[in-house]
Amino acid sequence: MSTATATEHASGDGRARPKWLLHHFDTPAQQFGTARLGMWLFLAQEVLFFGALFVIYSVFRASYPEMFKAASQQLDKIMGTTNTVVLIFSSLTAALAVNAAQKGKRHATSLYLLVTIACACVFLAIKFFEYQHKFDAGLLPGPAFKPIDEHLVKGLDLKSNSGSFFALYFMMTGLHALHVVVGIVVFIWILIRNLRGNFSKEYFTAVDITALYWHFVDLVWIFLFPLFYLI
Amino acid sequence: MAAITTAPGTYDEVDPNTSYLENNKGLMGWLFTLDHKRIGVMYLISVLMAFALGGIFALLLRAELFTKGQTLIDAETYNRAFSLHGVVMIFLFLIPAIPAALGNIILPIQLGAKDVAFPKLNLLSLYIYVFGACFAVYSMIHGGVDTGWTFYTPYSSSDPAHGGVGTSSSVIPMTLSVLIMGFSSVLTGVNFIATIHKMRAPGLTWRRLSLFAWSLYATAIIQILATPVLAITFLLLTMERFLGLGIFDPRLGGDPVLYQHFFWFYSHPAVYIMIVPGMGIVSDLIATFSRREPFGYMAIAMSSIALALLGFLVWGHHLFVAGMSEYATMVFSALTFLVAIPSGVKVFNWIATLYKGSISLQSPMLWALSFIFLFTIGGLTGLFLGMLAVDVHLHDTYFVVAHFHYVMVGGTVMGFLGGLHYWWPKFTGKLYNESWAIAGWLFVFLGFNVTFLVQFVLGSRGMPRRSYDYLPQYEFLHQISTVGSWILGFGFLLLGAMFVRSLLNGRPAPRNPWGSAALEWMTPTPPPPYNFVSDPVITRGQYDYHLATDDELYEGFDDPLLSHKSRKGGVDEGKEDA
Repeated sequence: MSTATATEHASGDGRARPKWLLHHFDTPAQQFGTARLGMWLFLAQEVLFFGALFVIYSVFRASYPEMFKAASQQLDKIMGTTNTVVLIFSSLTAALAVNAAQKGKRHATSLYLLVTIACACVFLAIKFFEYQHKFDAGLLPGPAFKPIDEHLVKGLDLKSNSGSFFALYFMMTGLHALHVVVGIVVFIWILIRNLRGNFSKEYFTAVDITALYWHFVDLVWIFLFPLFYLI
Repeated sequence: MAAITTAPGTYDEVDPNTSYLENNKGLMGWLFTLDHKRIGVMYLISVLMAFALGGIFALLLRAELFTKGQTLIDAETYNRAFSLHGVVMIFLFLIPAIPAALGNIILPIQLGAKDVAFPKLNLLSLYIYVFGACFAVYSMIHGGVDTGWTFYTPYSSSDPAHGGVGTSSSVIPMTLSVLIMGFSSVLTGVNFIATIHKMRAPGLTWRRLSLFAWSLYATAIIQILATPVLAITFLLLTMERFLGLGIFDPRLGGDPVLYQHFFWFYSHPAVYIMIVPGMGIVSDLIATFSRREPFGYMAIAMSSIALALLGFLVWGHHLFVAGMSEYATMVFSALTFLVAIPSGVKVFNWIATLYKGSISLQSPMLWALSFIFLFTIGGLTGLFLGMLAVDVHLHDTYFVVAHFHYVMVGGTVMGFLGGLHYWWPKFTGKLYNESWAIAGWLFVFLGFNVTFLVQFVLGSRGMPRRSYDYLPQYEFLHQISTVGSWILGFGFLLLGAMFVRSLLNGRPAPRNPWGSAALEWMTPTPPPPYNFVSDPVITRGQYDYHLATDDELYEGFDDPLLSHKSRKGGVDEGKEDA
């Protein structure tokens, strides 16, 4: 364990250390790989976080299939579908932003980031109107569940215990929306850094891993949408 | 970096001859440091404070149980005291104690790295922990909780203020506190896996990794995969208490057993978050103080990973009497027995390492040996509880209390203290008084056994846990247990005084006071900001005593320690020139 070996420091190979290479890394590749691994690990815990909710959804759906079927009729399929399209499109623009950043195209990166942020905001706006309708119709969790007939979609009979469905609906879509808000905040920060010229062909780590996070948020919605709106 | 956080400066700016303690002096240099060693030390101070608080609750409980009926406190206060003892000890102490405090200080040095993979996340995790702890304190000021540390629903989730039938104690701040500290635990886990994958020095292959690093890797897997489930469970519990969601409360169409499944899906693996890093420390200690490579290195490393994975499959054994399908109970019982295999692999390998080793019974080694002894008792009594028929009798008795204290105190706390004694000279730069250390160990070891051994008897005779009062035939055994808690408390006071004395006027520690071959002892004491004077290149394993040079093992060796009797017959006596 030759600590006495006088190995050169990272900057000793003749090249200057780039400014963005953090103090504890030796090479840019090490820094990039570490950041990506960190994000994947974080996403692993996110899978378990949402996974627990999906388990609870399955348990309740298995216990009360009719109640779930009737309650899900009250959700707005058109708004849900629109949101799905908006979010998948934002995932595409996030991927294009990474692509542009990798090629060092600063303006294109900014543009794609802006579109991504805009799509995320549209998603939240649509979600807001959906929630507002549920509040107006009294479709709320637990004891607050007091449906008002004139606001309801006619069709299957709403069961009196539908509060559990809406508890899950609000918890799962709410936590997903919270992740969207976090995504917007981080993307705005990335956009500012991009405008400042912090990124280059050599260094685009933050764009890359934020997009990775965004794809995950998108993926969660792709599971939420059919479970609540379609089946 | 223009941020307020302070990295030690670029590699070339830092004088490798200053220690991390001297670099960036001042309060701000500590509070905003990115140095893993300083963050680890701040974590250490925090968890030791939590340990003291939890200990006070424990002494209060034992004092109350000294006589039948009311001794000191009323039943309501007693309920709160045992709940807070559990919450503080588990969430504020045991979970962060080894990974976040000792692991933070030692892991990067053992990897030959300059820092952990994400130093800012590391600092953030400390502040999230402190923020979470503030919620816990807030809850305690408002009367604490009386639900037990398990927060079983619907008692915890049904708020009388909203027409419920449950507890009126301060549940929401406490569950939020645990939720917040969970984030801190996840961040530590993410950081450690990334660090072990990406930050190893050249030549430090996976087969050369220290067993402590392997155990932290296994722990990090659990932290990442289990903690989020607790987070969502407590979030649902909080929302249920707040809004009446109807997920866990049967009055609202919920399922309380579902809560227990979710709670134990985290909290059983959490047992391995607590014990596995302790096992890692013990593996390192046994190697160092036997002067030999651990027997079955790879088996010990893989058994940590096996424990981490098996830990996810056995949560159901906490629910044998909760109303679960009897086929599920059989499966969970069988899976529970599997846990004995990797645990047994470890114990047998440690013993095989000791066999024909050159053992020196210095203070860290005493803790390691206590670990083996006490953990074996704790582990074997766990098998009783994993048996379906026996569990029906023993469930919720003092037998369970004794069992998990043998694992958590006899295991984790012994491992933690062993690691603290072992690495103390490295990160403080000070030696401590060995006689005091041995005396402290003696009191803790004896006190612990006196406190908890009788509880196995109490439990098997039917004394229910969490009970404020008891039948007259249990009084004598309870009194033995309470006297034991005083001995135990005195032992901890002695150790505390010993460490304070060491800080105030301990002699400076040499580079390698134990004559270990491991990497963290190859760097100056206390280590420079970047851990090594120059980037290390690893040419042998952490335990290759046959490849370590005499200089590496004995350079600057302290004379009184060298003449220590147990060192005779060590690696190379020809070297001694004292």
